[in-house]
Amino acid sequence: MSSTKRSPWLLLVSLLVYGFLYAPIIVLIVFSFNASRTNVMFEGIVNQGPCGPFYWYCQLFRNRDVLDATRNTLVIALTSTIISTIIGTMAALALQRFDFFGKRASETALYFPIVTPEIVMGIGILVLFSAAFGWLNSLLALAPAQRLTMGLGTVIISHIAFSIPFVTLVVRARLHGFDNRLEEAAMDLGANELITFRKVTLPLIAPGVLAGAMLAFTLSLDDFIITFFTTGPGATTLPIYVYGLLRRVVTPEVNALSTIWILVVLVVVGISQWFQTRE
Amino acid sequence: MIQRFRENRRLQGFLLILPTLFVMVVMLIIPLTLTVVTSFGQRDADGNVIYTFTLENYWRLIGFTEQGWDDLYLRILLRSLWLALQTTVIVIAMAYPLAYFIARAPEKRRNSLLFLVLIPLWTNFIIRIYAWVMILRGQGVLNSALGGVAGLLSIPFQPLDLYPSQGAVLIGMVYEFLPFMILPIYTSLEKIEPSLYEAAADLYANAFRTFWRVTAPLSMPGVVAGTILTFVPVIGTFVVSDILGGRQVILVGNLVQRQFLDARNPPFGSAASIILLLMTLGLTLYYTRRFGLGEEIAAG
Repeated sequence: MSSTKRSPWLLLVSLLVYGFLYAPIIVLIVFSFNASRTNVMFEGIVNQGPCGPFYWYCQLFRNRDVLDATRNTLVIALTSTIISTIIGTMAALALQRFDFFGKRASETALYFPIVTPEIVMGIGILVLFSAAFGWLNSLLALAPAQRLTMGLGTVIISHIAFSIPFVTLVVRARLHGFDNRLEEAAMDLGANELITFRKVTLPLIAPGVLAGAMLAFTLSLDDFIITFFTTGPGATTLPIYVYGLLRRVVTPEVNALSTIWILVVLVVVGISQWFQTRE
Repeated sequence: MIQRFRENRRLQGFLLILPTLFVMVVMLIIPLTLTVVTSFGQRDADGNVIYTFTLENYWRLIGFTEQGWDDLYLRILLRSLWLALQTTVIVIAMAYPLAYFIARAPEKRRNSLLFLVLIPLWTNFIIRIYAWVMILRGQGVLNSALGGVAGLLSIPFQPLDLYPSQGAVLIGMVYEFLPFMILPIYTSLEKIEPSLYEAAADLYANAFRTFWRVTAPLSMPGVVAGTILTFVPVIGTFVVSDILGGRQVILVGNLVQRQFLDARNPPFGSAASIILLLMTLGLTLYYTRRFGLGEEIAAG
Protein backbone atom coordinates (compact mmCIF):
# COMPACT_ATOMS: atom_id res chain seq x y z
CA MET A 1 0.00 0.00 0.00
CA SER A 2 1.40 3.41 -0.89
CA SER A 3 1.76 6.12 1.67
CA THR A 4 -0.50 8.98 0.73
CA LYS A 5 -1.47 12.04 2.72
CA ARG A 6 -2.65 11.08 6.17
CA SER A 7 -5.72 12.24 7.96
CA PRO A 8 -5.11 13.75 11.43
CA TRP A 9 -8.13 11.82 12.71
CA LEU A 10 -6.53 8.53 11.78
CA LEU A 11 -3.37 9.54 13.61
CA LEU A 12 -5.35 10.55 16.70
CA VAL A 13 -7.37 7.30 16.79
CA SER A 14 -4.18 5.25 16.29
CA LEU A 15 -2.45 7.06 19.14
CA LEU A 16 -5.47 6.41 21.39
CA VAL A 17 -5.43 2.69 20.55
CA TYR A 18 -1.69 2.52 21.26
CA GLY A 19 -2.37 4.33 24.54
CA PHE A 20 -5.00 1.74 25.45
CA LEU A 21 -2.53 -1.07 24.66
CA TYR A 22 0.20 0.44 26.82
CA ALA A 23 -1.70 1.88 29.81
CA PRO A 24 -1.73 -1.43 31.75
CA ILE A 25 1.93 -2.08 30.94
CA ILE A 26 2.98 1.32 32.28
CA VAL A 27 0.85 0.80 35.42
CA LEU A 28 2.49 -2.61 35.95
CA ILE A 29 5.98 -1.15 35.72
CA VAL A 30 5.28 1.90 37.92
CA PHE A 31 3.70 -0.22 40.65
CA SER A 32 6.77 -2.48 40.78
CA PHE A 33 8.40 0.40 42.73
CA ASN A 34 5.44 0.81 45.08
CA ALA A 35 6.10 1.39 48.78
CA SER A 36 2.79 -0.29 49.68
CA ARG A 37 2.86 -4.02 50.19
CA THR A 38 -0.84 -4.53 49.41
CA ASN A 39 -0.30 -2.72 46.09
CA VAL A 40 -3.76 -1.16 45.95
CA MET A 41 -2.66 2.48 45.95
CA PHE A 42 0.64 3.96 44.90
CA GLU A 43 2.20 5.21 48.14
CA GLY A 44 5.50 6.52 46.87
CA ILE A 45 8.65 4.80 45.74
CA VAL A 46 9.86 2.02 48.00
CA ASN A 47 13.26 2.54 49.64
CA GLN A 48 14.04 -0.38 51.85
CA GLY A 49 17.01 -2.62 52.51
CA PRO A 50 20.20 -2.67 50.46
CA CYS A 51 18.27 -2.69 47.17
CA GLY A 52 16.52 0.64 47.74
CA PRO A 53 13.90 1.31 45.06
CA PHE A 54 14.53 -2.17 43.64
CA TYR A 55 13.36 -3.79 46.89
CA TRP A 56 10.67 -5.92 45.24
CA TYR A 57 13.11 -7.09 42.58
CA CYS A 58 15.45 -8.36 45.31
CA GLN A 59 12.55 -9.99 47.17
CA LEU A 60 11.61 -11.73 43.94
CA PHE A 61 14.93 -13.52 43.67
CA ARG A 62 14.51 -14.87 47.20
CA ASN A 63 11.05 -16.23 46.46
CA ARG A 64 11.39 -19.97 45.76
CA ASP A 65 7.82 -20.33 44.48
CA VAL A 66 8.35 -17.70 41.79
CA LEU A 67 11.67 -19.17 40.71
CA ASP A 68 10.18 -22.68 40.51
CA ALA A 69 7.22 -21.40 38.51
CA THR A 70 9.56 -19.57 36.11
CA ARG A 71 11.63 -22.71 35.63
CA ASN A 72 8.54 -24.87 35.01
CA THR A 73 7.16 -22.35 32.52
CA LEU A 74 10.41 -22.30 30.54
CA VAL A 75 10.86 -26.10 30.62
CA ILE A 76 7.31 -26.63 29.36
CA ALA A 77 7.60 -23.93 26.68
CA LEU A 78 10.97 -25.12 25.35
CA THR A 79 10.12 -28.83 25.27
CA SER A 80 6.70 -28.38 23.73
CA THR A 81 8.05 -25.89 21.17
CA ILE A 82 10.80 -28.22 19.94
CA ILE A 83 8.52 -31.25 19.61
CA SER A 84 5.52 -29.42 18.13
CA THR A 85 7.76 -27.60 15.62
CA ILE A 86 9.20 -30.90 14.33
CA ILE A 87 5.81 -32.64 14.12
CA GLY A 88 4.05 -29.57 12.72
CA THR A 89 6.72 -28.99 10.04
CA MET A 90 6.44 -32.64 8.96
CA ALA A 91 2.68 -32.20 8.63
CA ALA A 92 3.11 -29.00 6.62
CA LEU A 93 5.50 -30.76 4.21
CA ALA A 94 3.08 -33.67 3.85
CA LEU A 95 0.06 -31.46 3.16
CA GLN A 96 1.82 -29.10 0.78
CA ARG A 97 4.01 -31.49 -1.22
CA PHE A 98 2.50 -34.97 -1.06
CA ASP A 99 -0.72 -36.73 -1.94
CA PHE A 100 -1.89 -39.45 0.34
CA PHE A 101 -4.92 -41.27 1.64
CA GLY A 102 -6.80 -39.16 4.18
CA LYS A 103 -5.31 -35.80 3.17
CA ARG A 104 -8.62 -33.93 3.28
CA ALA A 105 -9.50 -35.45 6.64
CA SER A 106 -6.10 -34.45 8.06
CA GLU A 107 -6.58 -30.87 6.90
CA THR A 108 -9.96 -30.67 8.61
CA ALA A 109 -8.56 -32.29 11.77
CA LEU A 110 -5.84 -29.64 11.88
CA TYR A 111 -8.28 -26.73 11.69
CA PHE A 112 -10.50 -28.17 14.38
CA PRO A 113 -8.36 -27.18 17.41
CA ILE A 114 -8.21 -23.57 16.15
CA VAL A 115 -12.00 -23.21 16.24
CA THR A 116 -12.48 -25.20 19.45
CA PRO A 117 -12.69 -23.10 22.64
CA GLU A 118 -9.71 -23.91 24.83
CA ILE A 119 -11.84 -24.87 27.80
CA VAL A 120 -13.56 -27.61 25.76
CA MET A 121 -10.17 -29.09 24.87
CA GLY A 122 -8.91 -28.65 28.45
CA ILE A 123 -11.94 -30.40 29.96
CA GLY A 124 -11.65 -33.23 27.42
CA ILE A 125 -7.98 -33.81 28.22
CA LEU A 126 -8.76 -33.69 31.94
CA VAL A 127 -11.45 -36.36 31.50
CA LEU A 128 -9.06 -38.49 29.42
CA PHE A 129 -6.12 -38.28 31.81
CA SER A 130 -8.15 -38.87 34.95
CA ALA A 131 -9.84 -41.90 33.37
CA ALA A 132 -6.56 -43.30 31.99
CA PHE A 133 -4.60 -42.71 35.21
CA GLY A 134 -7.37 -44.12 37.38
CA TRP A 135 -7.52 -47.23 35.25
CA LEU A 136 -3.72 -47.71 35.12
CA ASN A 137 -3.28 -47.08 38.84
CA SER A 138 -5.79 -49.76 39.78
CA LEU A 139 -4.60 -52.14 37.05
CA LEU A 140 -0.98 -51.97 38.17
CA ALA A 141 -2.04 -51.77 41.85
CA LEU A 142 0.41 -48.95 42.46
CA ALA A 143 1.22 -47.77 45.98
CA PRO A 144 -0.02 -44.22 46.73
CA ALA A 145 3.50 -42.78 46.33
CA GLN A 146 3.97 -44.35 42.88
CA ARG A 147 0.58 -43.44 41.43
CA LEU A 148 0.49 -41.66 38.14
CA THR A 149 -0.74 -38.09 38.48
CA MET A 150 -0.98 -34.97 36.39
CA GLY A 151 2.20 -32.94 36.25
CA LEU A 152 4.86 -31.53 33.94
CA GLY A 153 4.41 -34.44 31.51
CA THR A 154 0.67 -33.96 31.03
CA VAL A 155 1.09 -30.19 30.60
CA ILE A 156 3.84 -30.65 27.99
CA ILE A 157 1.80 -33.18 25.99
CA SER A 158 -1.22 -30.87 26.02
CA HIS A 159 0.84 -27.88 24.89
CA ILE A 160 2.30 -29.94 22.03
CA ALA A 161 -1.24 -30.83 20.95
CA PHE A 162 -2.53 -27.25 20.76
CA SER A 163 0.66 -25.86 19.16
CA ILE A 164 0.93 -28.29 16.21
CA PRO A 165 -1.94 -26.79 14.14
CA PHE A 166 -0.48 -23.28 14.46
CA VAL A 167 3.02 -24.41 13.47
CA THR A 168 1.61 -26.26 10.45
CA LEU A 169 -0.38 -23.21 9.38
CA VAL A 170 2.66 -20.90 9.49
CA VAL A 171 5.08 -23.34 7.79
CA ARG A 172 2.55 -24.13 5.04
CA ALA A 173 2.20 -20.45 4.21
CA ARG A 174 5.97 -20.35 3.69
CA LEU A 175 5.98 -23.51 1.55
CA HIS A 176 3.37 -22.02 -0.75
CA GLY A 177 5.83 -20.49 -3.21
CA PHE A 178 8.40 -23.27 -2.93
CA ASP A 179 10.14 -24.11 -6.22
CA ASN A 180 10.33 -27.92 -6.51
CA ARG A 181 12.94 -27.64 -9.27
CA LEU A 182 15.58 -26.60 -6.73
CA GLU A 183 15.33 -30.01 -5.08
CA GLU A 184 15.29 -31.78 -8.43
CA ALA A 185 18.44 -29.89 -9.44
CA ALA A 186 20.20 -31.01 -6.24
CA MET A 187 19.20 -34.64 -6.89
CA ASP A 188 20.39 -34.39 -10.50
CA LEU A 189 23.75 -33.23 -9.20
CA GLY A 190 24.02 -36.44 -7.19
CA ALA A 191 22.79 -35.37 -3.74
CA ASN A 192 20.75 -37.99 -1.87
CA GLU A 193 17.47 -37.16 -0.08
CA LEU A 194 19.13 -36.40 3.22
CA ILE A 195 21.70 -34.00 1.77
CA THR A 196 19.05 -32.37 -0.41
CA PHE A 197 16.85 -31.82 2.64
CA ARG A 198 19.68 -30.40 4.71
CA LYS A 199 21.29 -28.21 2.05
CA VAL A 200 18.29 -27.12 -0.04
CA THR A 201 14.90 -27.68 1.57
CA LEU A 202 15.68 -26.77 5.17
CA PRO A 203 17.46 -23.45 4.48
CA LEU A 204 14.56 -22.39 2.25
CA ILE A 205 11.83 -23.20 4.77
CA ALA A 206 13.89 -22.15 7.83
CA PRO A 207 12.28 -18.69 8.23
CA GLY A 208 8.82 -20.30 8.23
CA VAL A 209 9.90 -22.98 10.71
CA LEU A 210 11.41 -20.31 12.96
CA ALA A 211 8.24 -18.20 12.80
CA GLY A 212 6.18 -21.31 13.66
CA ALA A 213 8.47 -22.09 16.60
CA MET A 214 8.19 -18.50 17.87
CA LEU A 215 4.41 -18.73 17.73
CA ALA A 216 4.39 -22.08 19.56
CA PHE A 217 6.71 -20.69 22.23
CA THR A 218 4.55 -17.60 22.77
CA LEU A 219 1.35 -19.67 22.94
CA SER A 220 2.89 -22.02 25.49
CA LEU A 221 4.30 -19.23 27.72
CA ASP A 222 0.97 -17.44 27.78
CA ASP A 223 -1.35 -20.41 28.13
CA PHE A 224 -3.56 -20.50 31.16
CA ILE A 225 -6.72 -22.48 30.47
CA ILE A 226 -5.30 -25.79 29.20
CA THR A 227 -2.49 -25.69 31.77
CA PHE A 228 -5.07 -25.08 34.50
CA PHE A 229 -6.86 -28.34 33.71
CA THR A 230 -3.80 -30.51 33.06
CA THR A 231 -1.39 -29.38 35.75
CA GLY A 232 -0.62 -31.18 38.98
CA PRO A 233 1.72 -31.13 41.97
CA GLY A 234 5.12 -29.69 41.13
CA ALA A 235 4.04 -28.28 37.79
CA THR A 236 2.88 -24.79 38.72
CA THR A 237 3.57 -22.37 35.87
CA LEU A 238 3.75 -18.58 36.21
CA PRO A 239 0.19 -17.92 35.02
CA ILE A 240 -1.13 -20.54 37.46
CA TYR A 241 0.97 -19.08 40.28
CA VAL A 242 -0.24 -15.52 39.67
CA TYR A 243 -3.85 -16.71 39.40
CA GLY A 244 -3.47 -18.33 42.83
CA LEU A 245 -2.08 -15.07 44.26
CA LEU A 246 -5.03 -13.09 42.90
CA ARG A 247 -7.29 -14.88 45.35
CA ARG A 248 -5.14 -13.60 48.23
CA VAL A 249 -2.88 -10.53 48.05
CA VAL A 250 -0.73 -9.65 45.08
CA THR A 251 2.50 -8.02 46.23
CA PRO A 252 4.57 -5.75 43.94
CA GLU A 253 6.89 -8.76 43.40
CA VAL A 254 4.52 -9.86 40.63
CA ASN A 255 4.90 -6.42 39.01
CA ALA A 256 8.68 -6.67 39.30
CA LEU A 257 8.53 -10.09 37.67
CA SER A 258 6.50 -8.85 34.71
CA THR A 259 8.80 -5.83 34.30
CA ILE A 260 11.84 -8.12 34.07
CA TRP A 261 9.87 -10.35 31.69
CA ILE A 262 9.13 -7.44 29.32
CA LEU A 263 12.76 -6.28 29.41
CA VAL A 264 14.10 -9.76 28.61
CA VAL A 265 11.70 -10.12 25.68
CA LEU A 266 12.61 -6.67 24.37
CA VAL A 267 16.33 -7.43 24.52
CA VAL A 268 15.94 -10.84 22.83
CA VAL A 269 13.71 -9.50 20.06
CA GLY A 270 15.88 -6.40 19.69
CA ILE A 271 19.01 -8.52 19.18
CA SER A 272 17.30 -10.76 16.62
CA GLN A 273 15.96 -7.70 14.74
CA TRP A 274 19.44 -6.16 14.74
CA PHE A 275 20.91 -9.33 13.25
CA GLN A 276 18.21 -9.41 10.59
CA THR A 277 18.77 -5.83 9.47
CA ARG A 278 22.55 -6.38 9.37
CA GLU A 279 22.11 -9.23 6.94
CA MET B 1 12.75 -52.31 -0.94
CA ILE B 2 14.50 -48.99 -0.19
CA GLN B 3 14.17 -48.09 -3.85
CA ARG B 4 10.44 -48.77 -3.73
CA PHE B 5 10.04 -46.59 -0.64
CA ARG B 6 11.90 -43.76 -2.40
CA GLU B 7 9.42 -43.84 -5.25
CA ASN B 8 6.31 -44.21 -3.13
CA ARG B 9 5.38 -40.59 -2.42
CA ARG B 10 1.98 -41.60 -1.04
CA LEU B 11 3.61 -43.65 1.69
CA GLN B 12 6.15 -40.90 2.42
CA GLY B 13 3.41 -38.29 2.77
CA PHE B 14 1.40 -40.54 5.04
CA LEU B 15 4.42 -41.20 7.26
CA LEU B 16 5.06 -37.46 7.55
CA ILE B 17 1.50 -36.76 8.70
CA LEU B 18 1.29 -39.82 10.97
CA PRO B 19 2.66 -38.19 14.20
CA THR B 20 0.22 -35.28 13.81
CA LEU B 21 -2.71 -37.64 13.26
CA PHE B 22 -1.67 -39.65 16.30
CA VAL B 23 -1.55 -36.53 18.52
CA MET B 24 -4.88 -35.26 17.15
CA VAL B 25 -6.60 -38.59 17.79
CA VAL B 26 -5.22 -39.03 21.31
CA MET B 27 -5.48 -35.42 22.45
CA LEU B 28 -8.56 -34.20 20.62
CA ILE B 29 -10.82 -36.89 19.22
CA ILE B 30 -10.67 -39.32 22.15
CA PRO B 31 -11.08 -36.54 24.78
CA LEU B 32 -14.07 -35.09 22.91
CA THR B 33 -15.64 -38.53 22.56
CA LEU B 34 -15.18 -39.11 26.29
CA THR B 35 -16.76 -35.72 27.01
CA VAL B 36 -19.79 -36.62 24.89
CA VAL B 37 -20.11 -40.00 26.63
CA THR B 38 -19.83 -38.34 30.05
CA SER B 39 -22.44 -35.73 29.15
CA PHE B 40 -25.06 -38.51 28.77
CA GLY B 41 -24.18 -39.82 32.23
CA GLN B 42 -25.31 -39.08 35.75
CA ARG B 43 -23.63 -38.42 39.03
CA ASP B 44 -24.11 -40.51 42.17
CA ALA B 45 -24.25 -39.10 45.69
CA ASP B 46 -20.44 -39.25 46.08
CA GLY B 47 -19.78 -37.33 42.88
CA ASN B 48 -18.77 -40.39 40.82
CA VAL B 49 -19.89 -40.61 37.22
CA ILE B 50 -22.46 -43.28 36.35
CA TYR B 51 -22.37 -43.99 32.63
CA THR B 52 -25.92 -44.29 31.32
CA PHE B 53 -27.79 -42.68 28.48
CA THR B 54 -29.86 -39.75 29.63
CA LEU B 55 -30.53 -36.38 28.03
CA GLU B 56 -31.33 -34.88 31.42
CA ASN B 57 -28.18 -32.68 31.53
CA TYR B 58 -29.03 -31.12 28.18
CA TRP B 59 -32.68 -30.54 29.14
CA ARG B 60 -31.53 -28.84 32.34
CA LEU B 61 -29.19 -26.56 30.35
CA ILE B 62 -31.95 -25.26 28.12
CA GLY B 63 -34.36 -24.73 31.01
CA PHE B 64 -36.39 -27.91 31.57
CA THR B 65 -35.53 -29.14 35.06
CA GLU B 66 -37.28 -31.70 37.23
CA GLN B 67 -38.65 -28.80 39.27
CA GLY B 68 -40.09 -27.10 36.20
CA TRP B 69 -38.93 -24.22 34.01
CA ASP B 70 -35.68 -22.51 35.04
CA ASP B 71 -33.79 -20.36 32.57
CA LEU B 72 -30.67 -19.86 34.75
CA TYR B 73 -28.33 -21.76 32.42
CA LEU B 74 -29.98 -20.53 29.26
CA ARG B 75 -29.32 -16.98 30.42
CA ILE B 76 -25.65 -17.87 31.06
CA LEU B 77 -25.34 -19.19 27.49
CA LEU B 78 -26.97 -16.10 26.02
CA ARG B 79 -24.87 -13.77 28.19
CA SER B 80 -21.65 -15.44 26.94
CA LEU B 81 -22.80 -15.15 23.35
CA TRP B 82 -23.79 -11.50 23.76
CA LEU B 83 -20.48 -10.60 25.47
CA ALA B 84 -18.49 -12.36 22.74
CA LEU B 85 -20.40 -10.46 20.03
CA GLN B 86 -19.92 -7.11 21.80
CA THR B 87 -16.20 -7.80 22.26
CA THR B 88 -15.73 -8.75 18.61
CA VAL B 89 -17.50 -5.64 17.29
CA ILE B 90 -15.57 -3.27 19.58
CA VAL B 91 -12.28 -5.00 18.74
CA ILE B 92 -12.90 -4.62 14.98
CA ALA B 93 -13.80 -0.93 15.47
CA MET B 94 -10.54 -0.32 17.36
CA ALA B 95 -8.24 -2.59 15.34
CA TYR B 96 -9.22 -1.48 11.84
CA PRO B 97 -8.06 2.17 12.06
CA LEU B 98 -4.76 1.15 13.66
CA ALA B 99 -4.12 -1.61 11.10
CA TYR B 100 -4.93 0.89 8.34
CA PHE B 101 -2.60 3.46 9.88
CA ILE B 102 0.28 0.93 10.04
CA ALA B 103 -0.32 -0.33 6.50
CA ARG B 104 -0.18 3.24 5.17
CA ALA B 105 2.93 4.22 7.13
CA PRO B 106 6.28 4.45 5.28
CA GLU B 107 7.52 0.96 4.55
CA LYS B 108 10.56 1.00 6.81
CA ARG B 109 8.51 2.12 9.80
CA ARG B 110 5.79 -0.55 9.46
CA ASN B 111 7.71 -3.31 11.24
CA SER B 112 8.41 -1.17 14.29
CA LEU B 113 4.78 -0.02 14.49
CA LEU B 114 3.61 -3.63 14.26
CA PHE B 115 6.18 -4.65 16.83
CA LEU B 116 4.68 -2.08 19.23
CA VAL B 117 1.35 -3.92 18.96
CA LEU B 118 2.99 -7.21 19.92
CA ILE B 119 5.03 -6.14 22.97
CA PRO B 120 2.06 -6.10 25.39
CA LEU B 121 1.32 -9.71 24.35
CA TRP B 122 4.65 -10.85 25.72
CA THR B 123 3.75 -10.05 29.29
CA ASN B 124 1.49 -12.62 30.77
CA PHE B 125 -2.22 -13.16 30.06
CA ILE B 126 -3.08 -13.27 33.78
CA ILE B 127 -0.78 -10.37 34.63
CA ARG B 128 -2.38 -8.18 31.96
CA ILE B 129 -5.81 -8.79 33.48
CA TYR B 130 -4.43 -8.10 36.95
CA ALA B 131 -3.12 -4.76 35.59
CA TRP B 132 -6.72 -3.88 34.68
CA VAL B 133 -7.80 -4.68 38.24
CA MET B 134 -5.22 -2.13 39.43
CA ILE B 135 -6.58 0.44 36.98
CA LEU B 136 -10.31 -0.07 37.47
CA ARG B 137 -10.80 -0.81 41.16
CA GLY B 138 -12.40 1.69 43.57
CA GLN B 139 -9.15 3.29 44.72
CA GLY B 140 -7.37 2.37 41.51
CA VAL B 141 -5.38 4.34 38.97
CA LEU B 142 -8.34 5.56 36.91
CA ASN B 143 -10.34 6.88 39.86
CA SER B 144 -7.23 8.52 41.36
CA ALA B 145 -6.46 10.22 38.05
CA LEU B 146 -10.07 11.38 37.54
CA GLY B 147 -10.22 12.52 41.17
CA GLY B 148 -7.01 14.50 40.67
CA VAL B 149 -8.36 16.22 37.56
CA ALA B 150 -11.69 16.96 39.28
CA GLY B 151 -9.79 18.38 42.26
CA LEU B 152 -7.81 20.72 40.02
CA LEU B 153 -10.98 21.98 38.36
CA SER B 154 -12.74 21.95 41.77
CA ILE B 155 -15.61 19.76 40.52
CA PRO B 156 -17.20 17.34 43.00
CA PHE B 157 -16.10 13.80 42.17
CA GLN B 158 -17.76 10.50 42.95
CA PRO B 159 -15.40 7.52 42.37
CA LEU B 160 -16.67 5.33 39.52
CA ASP B 161 -17.81 1.86 40.46
CA LEU B 162 -16.16 -0.07 37.63
CA TYR B 163 -14.74 -3.14 39.30
CA PRO B 164 -15.95 -5.82 39.58
CA SER B 165 -18.58 -5.54 36.84
CA GLN B 166 -19.63 -6.81 33.45
CA GLY B 167 -18.17 -3.62 31.93
CA ALA B 168 -14.77 -4.44 33.42
CA VAL B 169 -14.99 -7.93 31.90
CA LEU B 170 -15.74 -6.37 28.51
CA ILE B 171 -12.73 -4.02 28.78
CA GLY B 172 -10.47 -6.94 29.74
CA MET B 173 -11.69 -9.07 26.82
CA VAL B 174 -11.24 -6.22 24.31
CA TYR B 175 -7.73 -5.62 25.62
CA GLU B 176 -6.70 -9.28 25.46
CA PHE B 177 -7.81 -9.85 21.89
CA LEU B 178 -7.12 -6.52 20.18
CA PRO B 179 -3.67 -7.57 18.83
CA PHE B 180 -5.17 -10.74 17.34
CA MET B 181 -7.44 -8.56 15.21
CA ILE B 182 -4.84 -5.94 14.27
CA LEU B 183 -2.38 -8.48 12.83
CA PRO B 184 -4.63 -10.25 10.27
CA ILE B 185 -6.30 -7.00 9.15
CA TYR B 186 -2.88 -5.43 8.65
CA THR B 187 -1.71 -8.45 6.64
CA SER B 188 -4.65 -8.24 4.24
CA LEU B 189 -4.41 -4.44 3.91
CA GLU B 190 -0.71 -4.59 3.22
CA LYS B 191 -1.26 -7.00 0.31
CA ILE B 192 -3.48 -4.57 -1.63
CA GLU B 193 -1.73 -3.42 -4.82
CA PRO B 194 -1.11 0.38 -4.92
CA SER B 195 -2.19 0.33 -8.58
CA LEU B 196 -5.76 -0.42 -7.43
CA TYR B 197 -5.89 2.92 -5.62
CA GLU B 198 -4.48 4.66 -8.67
CA ALA B 199 -7.12 2.98 -10.84
CA ALA B 200 -9.87 4.09 -8.44
CA ALA B 201 -8.54 7.64 -8.52
CA ASP B 202 -8.35 7.57 -12.33
CA LEU B 203 -12.00 6.54 -12.38
CA TYR B 204 -12.85 9.60 -10.25
CA ALA B 205 -13.72 7.67 -7.11
CA ASN B 206 -13.48 9.84 -4.01
CA ALA B 207 -11.75 8.65 -0.84
CA PHE B 208 -14.99 7.35 0.65
CA ARG B 209 -15.96 5.37 -2.46
CA THR B 210 -12.42 4.02 -2.82
CA PHE B 211 -12.58 2.76 0.74
CA TRP B 212 -15.95 1.03 0.38
CA ARG B 213 -15.35 -0.42 -3.08
CA VAL B 214 -11.62 -1.29 -2.90
CA THR B 215 -10.13 -1.31 0.60
CA ALA B 216 -12.99 -2.73 2.64
CA PRO B 217 -13.79 -5.76 0.43
CA LEU B 218 -10.12 -6.64 -0.04
CA SER B 219 -9.45 -6.53 3.71
CA MET B 220 -12.41 -8.82 4.53
CA PRO B 221 -10.28 -11.99 4.77
CA GLY B 222 -8.28 -10.29 7.55
CA VAL B 223 -11.46 -9.27 9.38
CA VAL B 224 -12.85 -12.82 9.08
CA ALA B 225 -9.61 -14.37 10.41
CA GLY B 226 -9.43 -11.83 13.24
CA THR B 227 -13.07 -12.44 14.16
CA ILE B 228 -12.45 -16.17 14.57
CA LEU B 229 -9.29 -15.53 16.59
CA THR B 230 -11.31 -13.22 18.90
CA PHE B 231 -14.74 -14.82 19.09
CA VAL B 232 -13.64 -18.41 19.80
CA PRO B 233 -11.48 -17.66 22.85
CA VAL B 234 -13.84 -15.01 24.22
CA ILE B 235 -16.92 -17.21 24.20
CA GLY B 236 -15.11 -19.94 26.14
CA THR B 237 -13.16 -17.87 28.64
CA PHE B 238 -13.59 -18.14 32.37
CA VAL B 239 -10.49 -16.33 33.62
CA VAL B 240 -11.32 -12.79 32.54
CA SER B 241 -14.83 -13.02 33.99
CA ASP B 242 -13.50 -14.66 37.15
CA ILE B 243 -10.95 -11.91 37.86
CA LEU B 244 -12.65 -8.77 36.52
CA GLY B 245 -16.27 -9.74 37.14
CA GLY B 246 -15.88 -10.87 40.72
CA ARG B 247 -18.36 -13.64 41.26
CA GLN B 248 -21.17 -11.68 39.60
CA VAL B 249 -20.49 -12.33 35.94
CA ILE B 250 -20.97 -16.03 35.23
CA LEU B 251 -20.23 -17.16 31.69
CA VAL B 252 -20.49 -20.63 30.20
CA GLY B 253 -16.74 -21.07 30.78
CA ASN B 254 -17.23 -20.40 34.51
CA LEU B 255 -20.14 -22.84 34.52
CA VAL B 256 -18.04 -25.64 32.99
CA GLN B 257 -15.09 -24.98 35.29
CA ARG B 258 -17.23 -24.92 38.45
CA GLN B 259 -19.12 -28.07 37.55
CA PHE B 260 -15.82 -29.92 37.20
CA LEU B 261 -13.79 -28.47 40.04
CA ASP B 262 -16.25 -27.16 42.67
CA ALA B 263 -19.62 -28.82 42.19
CA ARG B 264 -18.06 -32.17 41.18
CA ASN B 265 -20.68 -32.81 38.54
CA PRO B 266 -18.67 -33.84 35.43
CA PRO B 267 -21.74 -35.04 33.45
CA PHE B 268 -23.42 -31.63 33.68
CA GLY B 269 -20.11 -29.82 33.03
CA SER B 270 -19.51 -32.03 29.98
CA ALA B 271 -22.95 -31.26 28.59
CA ALA B 272 -22.29 -27.51 29.00
CA SER B 273 -18.91 -27.96 27.31
CA ILE B 274 -20.47 -29.79 24.35
CA ILE B 275 -23.16 -27.11 23.96
CA LEU B 276 -20.40 -24.48 23.96
CA LEU B 277 -18.48 -26.40 21.29
CA LEU B 278 -21.56 -26.82 19.07
CA MET B 279 -22.46 -23.14 19.45
CA THR B 280 -18.93 -22.05 18.49
CA LEU B 281 -18.56 -24.44 15.55
CA GLY B 282 -22.01 -23.57 14.23
CA LEU B 283 -21.41 -19.83 14.35
CA THR B 284 -17.88 -19.92 12.87
CA LEU B 285 -19.06 -22.21 10.08
CA TYR B 286 -22.01 -19.93 9.27
CA TYR B 287 -19.77 -16.85 9.46
CA THR B 288 -17.00 -18.17 7.19
CA ARG B 289 -19.55 -19.48 4.64
CA ARG B 290 -21.36 -16.17 4.60
CA PHE B 291 -18.33 -13.90 4.35
CA GLY B 292 -16.23 -16.29 2.30
CA LEU B 293 -18.75 -15.51 -0.44
CA GLY B 294 -18.15 -11.78 -0.03
CA GLU B 295 -14.52 -12.42 -0.81
CA GLU B 296 -15.37 -14.00 -4.14
CA ILE B 297 -17.64 -11.12 -5.09
CA ALA B 298 -14.82 -8.69 -4.34
CA ALA B 299 -12.41 -10.70 -6.48
CA GLY B 300 -14.88 -10.68 -9.36
